[in-house]
Amino acid sequence: MTSDAALAGERLPVRPVTIGPRRRRQWHALLREPGTALGLFLVVSLLLAGLLAPWLPIADPTEINLPERLHAPSAEHPFGTDHLGRDTFSRIVHGARTTLLAAAATLVLSMTIAVTVGMLSGYYGGWPDTALMWVVDLLLAFPSLILALAVAGALGPGLFNVLLAVGAVWWVSHARIIRGITLGEREMAYVTAARAAGASDRRIMLRHIAPNILGQIVVLASLDVGWIILGVAGLSFLGLGAQPPTPEWGAMLNDARPHLQTAPQLLLLPGAAIFVAVLGFNLVGDGLRDLLDPRTRRPGG
Amino acid sequence: MGAYVVRRLATLPLLLLGISAVSFALLSVAPGDPAETVLRQRNPGQMPSSAAVAAMRAELGLDAPLPVQYVRWMSRALGGDMGRSYLTEQPVADQLVRRTVPTALLTASALGLALLLAVPMGILSARRRGGTVDAVVRLAALVGAAVSSYALAFGLIILFAVKLSWLPAIGYGSVAQMVLPAVALSLAPMAQLTRLIRASVLDVLGQDYIRTARSKGLSEQTVVVRHALRNALLPAIGATGVILAHLLGGAVIIETIFTWPGLGQLIVGAALTRDYPVVQGFVTYLAVIVLLANLATDIALRIADPRLRFERATG
Repeated sequence: MTSDAALAGERLPVRPVTIGPRRRRQWHALLREPGTALGLFLVVSLLLAGLLAPWLPIADPTEINLPERLHAPSAEHPFGTDHLGRDTFSRIVHGARTTLLAAAATLVLSMTIAVTVGMLSGYYGGWPDTALMWVVDLLLAFPSLILALAVAGALGPGLFNVLLAVGAVWWVSHARIIRGITLGEREMAYVTAARAAGASDRRIMLRHIAPNILGQIVVLASLDVGWIILGVAGLSFLGLGAQPPTPEWGAMLNDARPHLQTAPQLLLLPGAAIFVAVLGFNLVGDGLRDLLDPRTRRPGG
Repeated sequence: MGAYVVRRLATLPLLLLGISAVSFALLSVAPGDPAETVLRQRNPGQMPSSAAVAAMRAELGLDAPLPVQYVRWMSRALGGDMGRSYLTEQPVADQLVRRTVPTALLTASALGLALLLAVPMGILSARRRGGTVDAVVRLAALVGAAVSSYALAFGLIILFAVKLSWLPAIGYGSVAQMVLPAVALSLAPMAQLTRLIRASVLDVLGQDYIRTARSKGLSEQTVVVRHALRNALLPAIGATGVILAHLLGGAVIIETIFTWPGLGQLIVGAALTRDYPVVQGFVTYLAVIVLLANLATDIALRIADPRLRFERATG
């Protein structure tokens, strides 16, 4: 019975589902766009640095060496050392690990809430929709960084609490978008077919609608990574996030503030790292969006 | 039009109630006993006795059930009493009012700066689509969106205050002191607005009525300025609420860096010391401001865009 429903849903060619050669062509298109290719390069480099950091032949990012504090860049320390004599290069590389893990966890948390709320609201309509969207509108009145700051302040300092705080507030605008997408999808023939075949609401949402809107959700998420990195690093910079001695870019900026005049590179390097990460993810997000949305596919459109 | 305004205003009390509930709930997610936090802050290094904690709980009204506490807090807030800071024992409302002017100055000048550059850049970029100017503007917008305001702030301080000594790095009171923070704060919304305006000008220039205007023999300048611009700027007006929220969020960090005595500096200090009444009052205050700004935006859009008046209002 249920497998019939699944087949009914999958066999109806109501929209070009990207399978096989077409998808391959699209990936090529993604790499042909120079901006997107640069973005992919930056993101992949960061991911590699973050994943491999503990095994790379670089200094221990937390090893304190006071006699060698605030050294200028040299052969031994390519980015110099910080106020505790720690190797700045190593801290930047390990910072990629912290930042990417934090961003990934935040993204998963906020997208899970957004997809759940958005799909339930869009699929069922009626009073659950009205109630959920009322809450969404209400939360939209709170500037997200400030609400995250307040939640992080209430929970107390710590990277984990910042993840919870940012994840808890970041889903709001996405829930609205996913609701809209679900609303459109609900009217598609394959949903009607699945329902006619006796599939339950739960099954229709999880097995039929979810796979079809996954692409759009991925685009939403990819466009969001940059913002999340900025938010998490911002809260860490304010002292609410990563605590010493964790290597984290925002916290490194905060640590370096007293040495602004004597060692400006300690501020500029983590700032540059944040810039590179955000730029990379934004470029990839733009590329994915252009690929999926025919209206913006033309370069320059 | 009048009916629309009335309908929107009618939903305000319910939204305000919701905002107050969210703000109040913030406090209840906080781990630990606020009474103990207060005592620890007022007498650092001492372990407060359980009798003192109980007395403080009673003093702060924390011994009542949560719904009772909420109703009390809300009814006081309605009268403009947002409670007192745990730390300084100053009324929260006074602090909020006192710090509004510096933040308003900073965000308004940042927004002005952003619009001043974003509007011409967005239009120019769309007009010269595919050309060099367009490429430069798009690259600038891309870079601008990726630069964190805090890194930019330090970059500006290092360059203009430390190396060149042209401008003061921190402080509040003179126009010169406002330049660096306003520039640092304006970059992100500038990038955002440039992309928005470019996309919307392109969208409008592709429409039939623009072709009609061109075929009438109007000069390109008249077509763009008199016909396209009015419609092309509507999405920018619509984004005011979002931009304002971003500016206020950014101001938190910028004010901390430049020791700007505004709301942002207040909330960071309060969040770090767990001064919950200040955090709560601040969040409520900002949410109300953003809510009213959104309402004003929607009404302004209806005035600027007659098409909206014929659609059924959805929110």
